[in-house]
Amino acid sequence: MTNEFTRRDFLAALGGAGILILCQTEAADAQESGRRAHGGDAHPRAISAWLHIGEDGTINVYTGKTEVGQNIRTSLAQAVAEELRAPLASIHLVMADTDLTPYDMGTFGSRTTPTMAPELRKAARAAREALAGIAAAKWGVARTAVQVTDGKVFCEGHSAGFGELTRGQQMVESIGPELALTPATEWQVAGHSVPKVDARELVTGKHHYTPDMKRPGMLHGKVLRPAAFGAKLVGFDDAGARQVPGVTVVREGDFAAVAAPDAESAERALAALKGEWKSEPQPSDRDLFAYLKVNAEPGEDRQGRGSIERGMAEADRKLSQNYTVAYIAHVPLEPRAAVAEWNGDKLTVWTGTQRPFGVREELATALGIPEERVRVIVPDTGSGYGGKHSGEAAIEAARLAKAAGKPVQVVWTREEEFTWAYVRPAGVIEISSGARRDGVVTAWELHNYNSGPSAIGGTYDIPNQRIVFHPSKSPLRQGSYRGLAATANHFARESHMDELANALEIDPLEFRLRNLKNDRQRAVLLAAAEKFGWGKKKVAAGHGFGLAIGFEKGSYLAACAEVSIEGGRIKIIRVTESFECGAVVNPDHLRNQVEGSIIMAIGGALFEQLRFDNGRLLNPKLSQYRVPRFADVPVIETVLVDRKDLPSAGAGETPIVGLAPAVANAVFQATGKRMRSMPMAL
Amino acid sequence: MYVRIRAPFYRGRADNEDMSRITELEVNGIIRRVDAGPKRSLLSVLRDDLDLTGAKYGCGEGQCGACTVLLDGEAVRSCITPVAQAAGKRITTIEGLERDDRLHPLQEAFLATGAMQCGYCTPGMIMSGVSVLEKKASPTDAEIVHGMQGNICRCGTYPRIVAAVRMAAQQAKSARRTS
Repeated sequence: MTNEFTRRDFLAALGGAGILILCQTEAADAQESGRRAHGGDAHPRAISAWLHIGEDGTINVYTGKTEVGQNIRTSLAQAVAEELRAPLASIHLVMADTDLTPYDMGTFGSRTTPTMAPELRKAARAAREALAGIAAAKWGVARTAVQVTDGKVFCEGHSAGFGELTRGQQMVESIGPELALTPATEWQVAGHSVPKVDARELVTGKHHYTPDMKRPGMLHGKVLRPAAFGAKLVGFDDAGARQVPGVTVVREGDFAAVAAPDAESAERALAALKGEWKSEPQPSDRDLFAYLKVNAEPGEDRQGRGSIERGMAEADRKLSQNYTVAYIAHVPLEPRAAVAEWNGDKLTVWTGTQRPFGVREELATALGIPEERVRVIVPDTGSGYGGKHSGEAAIEAARLAKAAGKPVQVVWTREEEFTWAYVRPAGVIEISSGARRDGVVTAWELHNYNSGPSAIGGTYDIPNQRIVFHPSKSPLRQGSYRGLAATANHFARESHMDELANALEIDPLEFRLRNLKNDRQRAVLLAAAEKFGWGKKKVAAGHGFGLAIGFEKGSYLAACAEVSIEGGRIKIIRVTESFECGAVVNPDHLRNQVEGSIIMAIGGALFEQLRFDNGRLLNPKLSQYRVPRFADVPVIETVLVDRKDLPSAGAGETPIVGLAPAVANAVFQATGKRMRSMPMAL
Repeated sequence: MYVRIRAPFYRGRADNEDMSRITELEVNGIIRRVDAGPKRSLLSVLRDDLDLTGAKYGCGEGQCGACTVLLDGEAVRSCITPVAQAAGKRITTIEGLERDDRLHPLQEAFLATGAMQCGYCTPGMIMSGVSVLEKKASPTDAEIVHGMQGNICRCGTYPRIVAAVRMAAQQAKSARRTS
């Protein structure tokens, strides 16, 4: 504990000194979860804020990022090992602990690889330089005579481990911009498929996720949920609940909850709580798309060019179509959970969130205490997919723990997770376009209602376009999701491009190439088409081929799909996806992300859809809301395009966007029916 | 469309409030003392009373398989298995697969194939996979898929999980051949 408090004070001092404030560019990414970037906190420049070498040579690396299955605990360790010239096994990442790690806005927007990895690389590079300097001074030799390799510092006749040189002292040197980082072409540790560093903990069941945690005297908490979204608690009777031995009941406004020594007692107490709720009438999913359009704001055209009127006048074929996407749930297998513990006036909360510092702020506000008295620690978490930006369970546990005077754990049920988390926005996308007979698209007008502006523009070279995102009033609480609206916008755009190609009787691959100048986009498209056998393999009777391209968050992709229709249902037979995100950091883990994204995308494409009526979800269970399972998985071929000459981009999200339009286009080829809604139905 | 629930249902018999409390369970080869009402879920007794948190809560209705453990070698969803159904049977959890610090071949195969992302489903996946392999030493891919259909990996590592089960089966086969 002493060490931790020392570290906390140390970080506070660095923050106070305000050494350098890095402007964050993530506001747009945070936007869909309804939050603006924080921005004001210092990004410390001292090596010791990011990295500490113990006397025993253990290397602790500090980052506010969270591990949710995207394998950054491994990829960031690779980055540090590379620049520090230290064995991977000697590096331990301390992640997402607001007392120990520098401020971080959150783990979203695929920002870890393009922003955190370079930050840690620079810190490790500076540490290597500092170690060499210490050794040179100690041995009385020139700095240039000292070499750092494999966790040791050498000079003729001398050798020392890192720990012997630093003796556990903080390295307060500043991280300067002048030290050159190792180029990707020379990477020894990064760029290779090293295994997940904590995999053994996972296959043995030893890793403690938040729901697995226990604290001395810990109680189990349960929250009384409203009868409908936005309902107000107008009547409350806790007499029955108070009969349960050891129970604590909390009522603060619309928040009512119980905590008891075991889960069974907590459930009994919850069942005995009587609440009377008052709610307003609310729309149903049947009226959703009309509702979103009626309540839409005018929006702004931020990517407009040329003149739509002129483009339409030049066109030989014109086309107008609407596309829709449903609300879907993230369904992280670990539901929201938190353990809260008060020590005097200091609150510590362990919780699975993608935004530990954001949740610290939420807790401080909800509990009316300064942020300095709140510590949030995120154990490596059972996934998020953009669904865990918020701190609901953390606040619930903290309120209960405060009232009970004991630690409290709150673990949401699956039904609570479906109902009271936020969802991926639904939306309507309208596209009007025009193209010449030779396949050149001359006009493109797109209006997206509610689903979001991510990847709304695309990479085609269209001389005349108008592109408008219209925010709307959402019947369900909506927020971030893996890839945000990029899936919806790609589904609409790539389906529409296919419709144009078909109208002009041009092969969909050829049609796309005629409208694309971007070399990286063309390269992934050709790579996927070749691997898939586009234009070479024959389509079997009753089957169809479809393709789609994509670009978002610095990564390019193309997807080809083969489908068949079995018993009136769409069956995805085979998917080929090429992906290019600059220099590949860990090929096997990148493949894992691409495969996983393709499979997750099958759910949104074919069957996931939240149904609701008058403020209630109608299918808040896994028996009522279907997600992809083993038998849904097609043959998947991935093609990684490794561009060692380009900076690495994140890859946890963008591989999800290509599947749905590729499948929709394949279904059209198989059946002649155009799929314009996600999920698709024949 | 959904998964047939294979956990033992015992409607009409188990709802008997007079059933005695469960005081003993055989878990991972060891007799453990407990004191649980007969209708409590096996998952809650394992996790809350015995500190065996490898089996996870994922849905509470036997749909996701994160809570999978073995009863006499058969995979069951412990979240919908009343603890009374486990009394007198051999219960195996993920914590019981390691022998003398050596991982089970399927755990090794999960490591070798990198068959996980967030890892929350992994213990349940491994227990279901062990059950598949105990039923048939060399299952086909279709048999693996069929046997694992009740387990959800939301991260979508299914192809790697199938590869891991296949790998464990092949290694057991070559071990038998050489011995």
